[in-house]
Amino acid sequence: MTLLSVRNLKVSFDTETGVVEAVRGVSFDLGRERLGIVGESGSGKTMTGRSVLRLIRPPGRIEADEMRFDGVDLMGASETQMRALRGRRIAMVMQDPKYSLNPVMKVGAQLMEGLRQRDGLTRAAAHIKAVEALEAVQIRDPERVMLAYPHELSGGMGQRVMIAMMLIPNPDLLIADEPTSALDVTVQAEVLAILDGLVRDRGMGLIFISHDLRLVARFCDRVLVMYRGKIVEELAARDLLHARHPYTQGLLNCLPRIGGPRQPLPGLDRSADWAV
Amino acid sequence: MTSDRMTSTVRQIGGTALTLLVTFIGLLAVTFIISRVVPIDPVSSILGDRASAAQIAEARERLGLDQPMWQQFWIYVTQALQGDLGLSVRTREPVAAEIARYFPATLELATLATILGVVVGVPAGVLAATKPGSLYDQIVRLIGLMGYSMPVFWLGLIGLLVFYGQLGWVSGPGRLDASFQMMFEFEVTPLTGMILVDTALAGRWDMFANAFSHIILPASLLGYISMAYISRMTRSFMMNELGQEYITTARVKGMPERRVVWVHAMRNVMVPLITVVALSYASLLEGAVLTETIFAWPGLGSYITDALLVADMPAVLGGTVVVGAVFIGLNMLSDLLYRLVDPRAL
Ligand SMILES: Nc1ncnc2c1ncn2[C@@H]1O[C@H](COP(=O)(O)OP(=O)(O)OP(=O)(O)O)[C@@H](O)[C@H]1O
Ligand SMILES: [Mg+2]
Repeated sequence: MTLLSVRNLKVSFDTETGVVEAVRGVSFDLGRERLGIVGESGSGKTMTGRSVLRLIRPPGRIEADEMRFDGVDLMGASETQMRALRGRRIAMVMQDPKYSLNPVMKVGAQLMEGLRQRDGLTRAAAHIKAVEALEAVQIRDPERVMLAYPHELSGGMGQRVMIAMMLIPNPDLLIADEPTSALDVTVQAEVLAILDGLVRDRGMGLIFISHDLRLVARFCDRVLVMYRGKIVEELAARDLLHARHPYTQGLLNCLPRIGGPRQPLPGLDRSADWAV
Repeated sequence: MTSDRMTSTVRQIGGTALTLLVTFIGLLAVTFIISRVVPIDPVSSILGDRASAAQIAEARERLGLDQPMWQQFWIYVTQALQGDLGLSVRTREPVAAEIARYFPATLELATLATILGVVVGVPAGVLAATKPGSLYDQIVRLIGLMGYSMPVFWLGLIGLLVFYGQLGWVSGPGRLDASFQMMFEFEVTPLTGMILVDTALAGRWDMFANAFSHIILPASLLGYISMAYISRMTRSFMMNELGQEYITTARVKGMPERRVVWVHAMRNVMVPLITVVALSYASLLEGAVLTETIFAWPGLGSYITDALLVADMPAVLGGTVVVGAVFIGLNMLSDLLYRLVDPRAL
């Protein structure tokens, strides 16, 4: 059962020095499952995720042969139709909460904003829901965090606030961009369990963007490996750590191993034909 | 968390007040030194050239000029802090009392001009930033550029010619018609010295209307210049904020563009904008000499210029002290506002 299907997605930026092609023809399908996207920095993971929400800002351009979410043609949808999908049905946990939360608004106001503006809840009702959402992501003193400003939070707290904020509307599709990179292992496990539960019990579709190949191998069902705007390999998550593809192997070799031999980490061999 | 912020704010305000005092005394030191350095003898400018030696000695003693320098400075500072800026050479009146008459005219004009500049300039800049490169953006830019590059006196004269001379939409130079001027002096209590405020408080709407028809042209002129600056700065601040990640977050949440711009981005734009508006306001409070001259506006700019032309040093320095004090005060105010809108400011 396909929730999202993407065919030949391209994202390009017209810059002064020419056209930068951030995503160069990406195709994939997503069911009610956990799809991982891995790849080195700058490979186009974030741009792929944002394209689904059609939130690439000018001079960026999105092109695709097809982009369809639950029967809705995302490429043909009007801005109003897109806005109705955003937040409510498709949400995105933004990378780096340090920059992705509004610095001059209290955390509580940002959490309650969707509930109040979009869903028309009263202040009191929105407050209760926001506190619950914070508790769900293992924040111990939610009332205090509600009153805090983003700069008063640690990186891990910010990440959890971001996750809570995006899970509040119970989306059908969640794009999570490096959602747990700043969390310690135990909290990470809790947050992953929540996401897992949403996929299993509610049938949410999850796109899980990460640098952490071991985590993706463990947590996801399927994985897309991206390199310079293209998918170079698509494989079942359990096969990720034994991938054959030279680029994926390169990424794996870059993972330091605890107790392993201490050598300089090897670089990537970019001479092969996939690397164009 | 909140009470920490409160105490830190209180401490900050205390610190600012201290800075304020020190800056003000520094300002007085500068004007004091100028007054002792310029080759104008305060005694002969009071007594004239033909005073006797005894008269001169007596005057020197009365002015404290026989005392050591630091003591003279101390007297100057304590007097200034009590609002005594000496006597004008020209009129023999206390400088402070004269400035109290002239400054409200400037304050009224500058305030109205700044309000116009903000009310028009901020939305213009915001809308330009949301559609960069559009025809609308180009028009705002062009209008702003004209505000920057046109000579004020030229704009002022054209304005008088068109709106007063040709169209008759507004009144001419001065703050009131001559007939109303008399009425105003006899019938309205000058609580603030700002005619619009005083007549409104007294409920004299006939006079208010007349004063408004006088002030609107110079205020629009100065407001235009301040609008040009404010809209350009707003546009660039807003462009910058709209490029930030938290804007995308708000859009991800499905917030309408109106809210993304006017709530999410605008709250952040306010932070640097406060400084810009304060600077623009302060520069108008100095007294816009050319505008005041063209519109026969009896403000601080004309007062200082006139005093300068007849070497009335106490008046010039008194005016300078007031301008400096206004700058310091506005600085403190914008600092305070800054703290209110930016939670990161400590
Ligand atoms: N405004 C822009 N103008 C030009 N190029 C851009 C712009 N924004 C992004 N890009 C390019 O798009 C490419 C993909 O960026 P993207 O953010 O998707 O990478 P990523 O895989 O998410 O990397 P990371 O792991 O560091 O988050 C990058 O190479 C970047 O240079
Ligand atoms: Mg990224």
